[in-house]
Amino acid sequence: MGLKIIVLAKQVPDTRNVGKDAMKEDGTINRGALPAVFNPEDLNALEQALRLKAKYPGSEIILLTMGPTRAAEIIREALYRGIDKGYLLTDRKFAGSDTLATSYAISLAIKKLSPYDIIIGGRQAIDGDTAQVGPQTAEKLGIPQITYAEEIVECNEANNNIIVKRRLERGIEIVKSTLPVLITVHSSAPACRTQNAKLFMKYKHARTVSELQNESEDYIKLQKDRAYLNIEEWSVDDINADIQLLGLSGSPTKVKKIENVVLKHKEVATIDSNENSIGKLMKELIDNHIIG
Amino acid sequence: MANFYLDNEILKFHLNHPMMKTVVRLRERDFTQKDKYDFAPLYYEDAIDSYNKVMEIVGEISADIIDPNAESVDSEGPQLINNRVHYAAGTVRNLQALNDAGLNSFTYPREFKGSNFPILTYVMAAEILSRADAGFVNIYGLQDCGETIREFASQEIKEKYLPMFAEGKTAAMILTEPDAGSDLQAVSLSAKYDEGKKTWLLNGVKRFITNGDADISLILARSEEGTSDGRGLSLFLYERDKTVTIRRIEHKLGIVGSPTCEMVFKDSPALIIGERRLGLIKYVMSLMNAARLGIGGQSVGIAEACYREALKYAKEREQFGKKINNFPAVYEMLTNMKVMIQAARTLLYETAIHVDVYKTFSAIEEERKLTPEEKQLAKKSQKYSDIFTPLIKLVASEYCNKIAYDAIQIHGGTGFMMDFPVQRYYRDARITSIYEGTTQLQVVAAIRGVTNGTFLNIIKEEYQPKELKPELEFMKKTLAEMTEEYEIATKKVIETKDNEFLDFHARRLVEMVGNIVMGYLMITDSNRNEELKRMTEIFIKKVKSENKNMFNYVMESEQKDIPSFKYYI
Repeated sequence: MGLKIIVLAKQVPDTRNVGKDAMKEDGTINRGALPAVFNPEDLNALEQALRLKAKYPGSEIILLTMGPTRAAEIIREALYRGIDKGYLLTDRKFAGSDTLATSYAISLAIKKLSPYDIIIGGRQAIDGDTAQVGPQTAEKLGIPQITYAEEIVECNEANNNIIVKRRLERGIEIVKSTLPVLITVHSSAPACRTQNAKLFMKYKHARTVSELQNESEDYIKLQKDRAYLNIEEWSVDDINADIQLLGLSGSPTKVKKIENVVLKHKEVATIDSNENSIGKLMKELIDNHIIG
Repeated sequence: MANFYLDNEILKFHLNHPMMKTVVRLRERDFTQKDKYDFAPLYYEDAIDSYNKVMEIVGEISADIIDPNAESVDSEGPQLINNRVHYAAGTVRNLQALNDAGLNSFTYPREFKGSNFPILTYVMAAEILSRADAGFVNIYGLQDCGETIREFASQEIKEKYLPMFAEGKTAAMILTEPDAGSDLQAVSLSAKYDEGKKTWLLNGVKRFITNGDADISLILARSEEGTSDGRGLSLFLYERDKTVTIRRIEHKLGIVGSPTCEMVFKDSPALIIGERRLGLIKYVMSLMNAARLGIGGQSVGIAEACYREALKYAKEREQFGKKINNFPAVYEMLTNMKVMIQAARTLLYETAIHVDVYKTFSAIEEERKLTPEEKQLAKKSQKYSDIFTPLIKLVASEYCNKIAYDAIQIHGGTGFMMDFPVQRYYRDARITSIYEGTTQLQVVAAIRGVTNGTFLNIIKEEYQPKELKPELEFMKKTLAEMTEEYEIATKKVIETKDNEFLDFHARRLVEMVGNIVMGYLMITDSNRNEELKRMTEIFIKKVKSENKNMFNYVMESEQKDIPSFKYYI
């Protein structure tokens, strides 16, 4: 039997290594200046999916992502780590979608991939930090959701339920849900395994139809001979979406203004390590109600 | 996200060795495996792209997993509990990471679940991993045993055991005994065929066995009763069971994470590898050569780690009002480290590629007859491998020790404290010039290339006629002068026809020719990569004076001096 797991992932600009030219003058992100990477918490989610697959033989992992053509890169990265198939939702009509429109598109794609047991993704993406797409997708699909997951403790197919450990601010919580379920994974979950050499060699030539446009005939033939190299590409039409609910028109979020916040150092005081100075420091802290 | 491959660009240069194209074409049998295995390369560029990526994965695992684990592995070490060796927690995580990445049967053919990567890439992986944790590489590097099984064992053994390594089973080469260290001909562990049980049974004691508790081991044992030399020894495969007792794990100066075991065999069942009596003289020699190349990689990796730590420290440490890397005494040391590492590295990969060529040809020879040209190339590569392997083991391990010493020196008192990783590198470095044959034994192997003229032929027939860019010619001239000196010194020693006198000067002659060979390899590299020119100039200037020194010593030395060296002993 085994589980059918759909991993939700996003290609994001690597905001962890921000240089000088990371922001444009108008305050938007200069995507060209930042390398595009696999969203970190989506990697934590992928690892959970891979562990499930190892634990429950016969399971299948499908990765679903939405983005421009080059987002196929993260599908390949996931193939190198052990997923079975990838789908890329790509269409100009998706451009400008906020979390509501995105979750609409993703939920339609997931319906097309039905039936499924587990949908799993990162808690949030490092470019927007909203943590909304996962929960909104679950709502649209009408299935339970477990957020801030750290570990999938057990999945019982026969009883149709799953036990998940959640990482909360002041501790952990262990919850049980029926299947199917949508899970979002926290960064405290184990890091994703590295890519596998043999899987890399097997899938390095995996391409979407768009990517093949400028390739040689021989290369296109290779894709035809080896069906596993085909990365499925879905447009708005493929998922039967209502264009009004996508892109800018489907996005109630409007960005009013973006500003750079520069954190300035306040005055720095040096405290000597003697009774007198430390006494003064204590007094100041108490006076300011920082302690006591 | 650090990466020990991507942050060291010169490795990519060596991965693209000019002979790589030949090696890959041969190894891939003209790319005919692509229809049978979905991970086989389609063409040369495809293969190189994969090797590059695989090195990237090794670099990532080294930097992100193995290096951060190294300190705890060093302080925890392995433990012996109920006759089983338990690795340190970090070692277990390291092995898991390499398993997950599918890096456990690098060079084996695909039919045995291997990746069929060239030996050069395997040696490069050893270098990268050693920069993170040298002791760990001793466990990982034992996949050499699988290579020996592939080369010499029966098809039945190959089919059963080789795929097990791909699944993460560990290996050991069990040779040394309390009375048989450097002199393996003295091995006494007995192997007797039991007609009733229809199996060989092993009895005896082995000592200093790296990873003794491995799943699958190769064991050198005396199969021919009444013999006392190497020709009575055969090689056996033993799968871990309850018949072996591990007496203890040694407490060592360095490579602490690698468990070194003393073990007792009592009626332990074993399978014979290949033919009887060829255990030492053929199979173990081949296994040891592979291991020596691996130690070359390990030494270069440790040296690289030392250099980087020392450089970092020197750039941060301020004395007398300036950073210490501004003092000639310090920057000279640092630059010499860098240059020596590169000299050893180029010899390392040159040796690896020759081993690749001849091993691939011997595998092809099992499938079809070689053409006369192929035979010639195979023979040439074997000749190179035979003399370059002991040379790289000698040079890299001695350099590694010198570099580790200087790395601590640059740290000053801080380096003597246990707080910095450089003390671990220093302790780990020390074994490299001892195990898999001491430096002194490498001289014994390499001196043959001096006395029979092989080194000189290679220099004169291959290196000297090579066309170079005009700006490199002056260095070639220096190397030609050094070659003349070497020739004169060698001639003088050989003409005495006095073996003891030859043994006395052997190391000097081997080092002289080693310097010349590395010099030529470096100018050839500079011809392909301008970045290396400066380093090459520094290296050649340095070894020119070293050789002059050795030359003078040999020329002034006389047979009658020898007794004085025995007087105090």
